[in-house]
Amino acid sequence: MSATDVPARPGGVLALDATMRKEESLAKLAWRRFRRHRMAMVGALILLGLVLYIIVGSLVFSEADANYNDVTRRYLAPGGAFLFGTDEIGRDVLARTIYGGQISLVIGVVAALISVVVGTLTGALAGYYGGLLDSVLMRITEAMLTIPQIFLLLVMAKFFGNRIGDVQVLGRTFSGSVIVIVLIIGATSWMYLARIVRSTYLSLREQEFVTAAHCIGVSTPRIIFGHILPNAMAPIIVAATLGVAGAIITEAYISFLGLGVRAPTATWGSMMQGATSAVIQGHWWLWFFPGLMIVLTTLGINFIGDGLRDALDPHSIR
Amino acid sequence: MGRYLVRRLLQTIPLLLFVSVILFVLMNNIGDPLATMGGRERLRSEDRERLARQLGLDQPVYMQYIYWLIGNDWMTFDMDGDGEPETAGNRRGVLRGDLGMSMVERRPVSEIIGQRIPNTLILMIPAEIVIVVVSLAIGMMSALKQYSFLDHFFTSLSFITYSMPVFWLGLMLMFVFSVNFKTWGLPYLPTLGMYDPGADKTIFELIRHMILPVTTIAAISVAAYSRYIRSNMLEVIHSDYVRTARSKGLHEQLVVWRHAFKNAALPLVTLIGLDLPFLLAGALVTESIFQWPGMGRLFLHHLDRADYPVLMGILMLVSVMVVLFQILTDITYTWLDPRIRYA
Repeated sequence: MSATDVPARPGGVLALDATMRKEESLAKLAWRRFRRHRMAMVGALILLGLVLYIIVGSLVFSEADANYNDVTRRYLAPGGAFLFGTDEIGRDVLARTIYGGQISLVIGVVAALISVVVGTLTGALAGYYGGLLDSVLMRITEAMLTIPQIFLLLVMAKFFGNRIGDVQVLGRTFSGSVIVIVLIIGATSWMYLARIVRSTYLSLREQEFVTAAHCIGVSTPRIIFGHILPNAMAPIIVAATLGVAGAIITEAYISFLGLGVRAPTATWGSMMQGATSAVIQGHWWLWFFPGLMIVLTTLGINFIGDGLRDALDPHSIR
Repeated sequence: MGRYLVRRLLQTIPLLLFVSVILFVLMNNIGDPLATMGGRERLRSEDRERLARQLGLDQPVYMQYIYWLIGNDWMTFDMDGDGEPETAGNRRGVLRGDLGMSMVERRPVSEIIGQRIPNTLILMIPAEIVIVVVSLAIGMMSALKQYSFLDHFFTSLSFITYSMPVFWLGLMLMFVFSVNFKTWGLPYLPTLGMYDPGADKTIFELIRHMILPVTTIAAISVAAYSRYIRSNMLEVIHSDYVRTARSKGLHEQLVVWRHAFKNAALPLVTLIGLDLPFLLAGALVTESIFQWPGMGRLFLHHLDRADYPVLMGILMLVSVMVVLFQILTDITYTWLDPRIRYA
């Protein structure tokens, strides 16, 4: 549903709003609604704070600080020189939450992007073409949904395990496991979006504007991506946002279980690997701070996702 | 209905076959099951060859899959390495109810899994009960007392809980109720396992050990479902038929519990049926934190040693459960909501 056909509804969204101009695009409308969404703004502030934390933090500490170990200073409680304490080999937990945060956020964003691209493509092709292609793609989707994601992830993490060596990006060395994790999270989280996009395409392809585009000779790829896709953007944007939070939590799961990102690269999840013994020994700062970072991030993203859902909903009256 | 059920069940057959092929291919490359068989010493290469031959690991993947699926008791194999097939295969295959032998434990997979299933159910069933009861209670109360202090409190709490990784919640609970309560001299909960070592295996002991894992598994679902019940209840309570019930003078209790509650709570059935995969994921991580000897830890343990028959057994069991729960959910729903019919 595009913004221009809304005024036709008497007493609908636009009629209520005196400040609204006729030509306001859906994006502008959504942005205005989003700004008025209190929870979403709180979420955006939380996220902004976290991004500042990992950017300003990386100016204060170098990555070498984050990976520097010294067993003479192991298990120091928070306070003094180490605000968040030190871990089992004397690494600074504060510095590691900063650099781990960078990797966690990158993993979240890239994995969500992969899953959105795969999900949208699958859903769009299945929904638009229907027939054999649809049944094949949907059977694959169904099969992927049948195995709970965590089991599939663990098996795939093992499968791709150590096949990628360390990578150099911008003068920094990352464990190749980061790439593996990003790929497998992306590859195991696209199914719900594919189903939503498919159903949107199924209904949209029968509409007049698609027939009209066909008649004036618009090419099929152009119809799929240029004409129908913009009308299916709302659920895709919401899924992309929430997908970032989901990917960060998922990464934490597999890293916690010891199959995720490997040393020397830190992530919030891998910092908590083996945390059960830290709990029993009372070294709470080892797992508390990285976990808190994850909670704040996902909370912020979930708030924003909620706000986007309301803002992009054509039926909402705010 | 009967025909619908038959069709659904028939559809699951190719689906599960497809799933098993994907998994089997992945399984074949997750590591070397022979790596740990020599104990501390490295295997000599002739031992490695002999073991691979005896375990059938020298066969191509598709043959291994066929043996896994339909067995190999109709063939003979070369076990002693002289190039002459002489030993008859002894596997009957999954389709004939034989999940094979574990490669590292030399016991039937069904026996290994069978020992662990009760332990996982001991966690999952109470967790499901807690999820239903607590989320109904919180959701109904939040809806009936909308915008009250408690409503706001539970809204915030559920948002925060929903954003947590399950294991972090488990760690926090363990830290507060086991470790700190002990140091503060309060009655504390045990940290690990199902029973304390040396203690009697009483039901009381078991329940004490269950409290934290069950809470951990249930918490995130409770957070999500209580919100869902709340918004459903708010919608129902403002609907026409509830207004009618009120305006004809029915007692408020009767309106809420007899008329509104049912319609607000029924969709929970679908959620619970379809969310089984998430619950299993939570259970896997929770078992790992609290060192609960269930299926999740069994899976992680054998994943480490690339013991594919056990892994395949667990994964196929889980997949079958997920598919069956989907069908069961659909059927329950037609029974609960007569407006829905399947042809």
